[in-house]
Amino acid sequence: MERATAPSGARPARRHQRRRAGLAGYLFVSGYTVLLLAFGLFPTGYSIYLAFTNSLGQFTGLGQFVKVVGDFRFWPAFADIGSYLAMWLVLVVVLTVVTAVILRGRVRPGLSSVLRFLFYLPGALAGVASVLVWLFMLSPSVSPATGLLRALGLSTFDQVMAPGNLPVILVLIAFWTGAGGWIVVMYGALNNIPDEVLEAARVDGAGPWRTAWNIQIPMIRKWIVYMGILAFASGSQLFVEPQLLAAASLGRVSPTWSPNQLAYVFAFQYGDFNSAAALSVLLLVIGLIVAALLVTRSGLFKVGDE
Amino acid sequence: MTMRSSRIITGGRRRRRATLAATVATIALAGCASVAPATTGSSGSSAFKEATQTPGSTITVWTDSTRLPFVQEYAKEHPNVKLNIVTYDGDANGSTYLQTKVQLFDRTGKGWPDVVFASPTDVTWATVPTNPSAQAFAAPVDQLVPKSILDNFATGSLSPCQVDGHTYCLRNDIAQVVLWYNKTLMDKWGYQVPTTWEQYQALGEEVAKQHPGYVIGSIGDTNSDESYYWSSQCPAQELVGKNTLEVDLSAPDCTRMTNLLDPLIADKSVATQGFFDQGFNGSKVLMSVGPSWQGQYLYNAAFKVPAGEMAAAAPLKWAGQSTTYTGNVGGGIWMISSHSTNIKGATAVAEWLTTNTSALASAPTYPAYVPAAKAWLANPANKDYFAANVSNVFINAANEVWTGWSNTKFSDETPWSNTILPALTAGKSLSAAVPAWQASIVNQAKSLGYTVVTK
Repeated sequence: MERATAPSGARPARRHQRRRAGLAGYLFVSGYTVLLLAFGLFPTGYSIYLAFTNSLGQFTGLGQFVKVVGDFRFWPAFADIGSYLAMWLVLVVVLTVVTAVILRGRVRPGLSSVLRFLFYLPGALAGVASVLVWLFMLSPSVSPATGLLRALGLSTFDQVMAPGNLPVILVLIAFWTGAGGWIVVMYGALNNIPDEVLEAARVDGAGPWRTAWNIQIPMIRKWIVYMGILAFASGSQLFVEPQLLAAASLGRVSPTWSPNQLAYVFAFQYGDFNSAAALSVLLLVIGLIVAALLVTRSGLFKVGDE
Repeated sequence: MTMRSSRIITGGRRRRRATLAATVATIALAGCASVAPATTGSSGSSAFKEATQTPGSTITVWTDSTRLPFVQEYAKEHPNVKLNIVTYDGDANGSTYLQTKVQLFDRTGKGWPDVVFASPTDVTWATVPTNPSAQAFAAPVDQLVPKSILDNFATGSLSPCQVDGHTYCLRNDIAQVVLWYNKTLMDKWGYQVPTTWEQYQALGEEVAKQHPGYVIGSIGDTNSDESYYWSSQCPAQELVGKNTLEVDLSAPDCTRMTNLLDPLIADKSVATQGFFDQGFNGSKVLMSVGPSWQGQYLYNAAFKVPAGEMAAAAPLKWAGQSTTYTGNVGGGIWMISSHSTNIKGATAVAEWLTTNTSALASAPTYPAYVPAAKAWLANPANKDYFAANVSNVFINAANEVWTGWSNTKFSDETPWSNTILPALTAGKSLSAAVPAWQASIVNQAKSLGYTVVTK
């Protein structure tokens, strides 16, 4: 009897325990899932619905997309964001990785953590505040760097805000606020490389640069790809910075400089939510294609083949 | 192994691609509705239906900060009226805050303010439903305010409010363009105040030679086109039909202004930096072609020119022209919401704010309502700063604003500031930059559904 009851009593207990563990798992992801549904998946689904319909809810096929692509501001906006992204991605990938490698290997630990904190600091500012800082920095009449601006031939704020300078200005702002966080992430990634590997490289006669190029960077490749995907996604959605620059430059900067701004104008100036949705869906598709390319080419999600 | 798997993937991809292409083709070829369905509602009185009225209900007033004291004064004088006063940017400088909000209120079906201060451009969208099921935001004031009162607004000042034979706003203030000059400097240097554009040009050339560094105007502000090209009767955006816009910057009335300004820009007697740009040197301004509010806002407040130096002269005309026309730079309006549940109360607020002579005597800018303008000019605070009496100049210019510069669904400041200003900053001439300006206006107009004629 005792023998019979013992296992039968233990089994339900174990099953119960397993069910509780499963429940806890669901409980932990539930908060995120609810938010993801409410603010991620539902709006995405709704904008896909809007992108294929008109204001009466009638199906329009690709009509909204054709209309958006044919708009006179479409190609200029994508040219703007394209030149910005090209500069921003190269800069953020190269400089954050180089900085992280230097901080990891060539700087004393104490100084390294102070520097990492300093690099990270501007990222704590909200986007709006960082734009204001740069408006101040770039106004020749008040900037502490007036001499430098004048040396570049920029003596008035209008000259600084010339259309050709905008991608550079926006890259400056984005790098200043965003790079610090990535330096910390890359530093963490470099910390994951076992000391024995670096030791072995040193024994084999590899100098610091050779170690960085042949050991460290290949070993944090996945983090770099991950950074590329996120930096591309956030970069292609640029909105606040050009919007504020447009206001501060008293209209010299186009109110539809970036595609996201164009979508905003469609939605809130023309009341054309369908065209705005079509443009947003286009941006989503571009983001997904780039992410898919990076993921498949780099084997980001491949498990255990290294 | 790898090759096989990659081939499998490619095959799958190819199949998927084919399916995708087929789907896209089906979607594209399917019988689709138009992207812009015909709106059922139309503007005009037929569309205006009062909301269910609740007499005495709270009136929400949206105002810019400049007009806020006047709304507060109304509240003080009418303690029994329930007011909810909200401050916003007043849709100045091309902001579209009000439009954005009304779009959203039209979707949610509630939240509209009852009375709003706005810019004339807002009338163009506020008189059309923002979506097929919405009602146009602006209520026709000609059905709410007595005609005798509307008739007392300065000539043409209500024309931006008028759509299809109805009036949809009450004009708050006019910004008629006049000729501002520093009387002290003009007397000291022995210059005559010009009365024609030709004399203005000659003066600019003199100043460039004898007093380099001084300017007789600026072309670099977001609204400089309204000071110069509007005054020149240039058909930059003239409504010639219900939805037909004439945009012709190569018309003689435009090129005469371009040709007049280019030499002055070249010899630097007309600045390409805007008066309101950071770092503009206000002590070197001899003269400006600008709105009536420049006296107090630019010369007194921003440039800190001492009292008794600045004076205003009549707007310039072209030699041989019998009538003078001038431009207009801004000037606000008040609109009443067609959704108001207390439209009587809302009308009373809007009417008081635009026509109450004792309150408007101390308004910051020139009132559009003629009796109020007279009271304003009689107020010592509005004239003591100037070297000569500005009353007659202001009163006459208020009636000379050219009405061919139409109120359109887009702000004329956007194409001007996006194309001309960066070109001027880069050192190009106006005539070199005008084609881009023309193209930008045409593109804006077409994207908003106007039929554009360029002649």
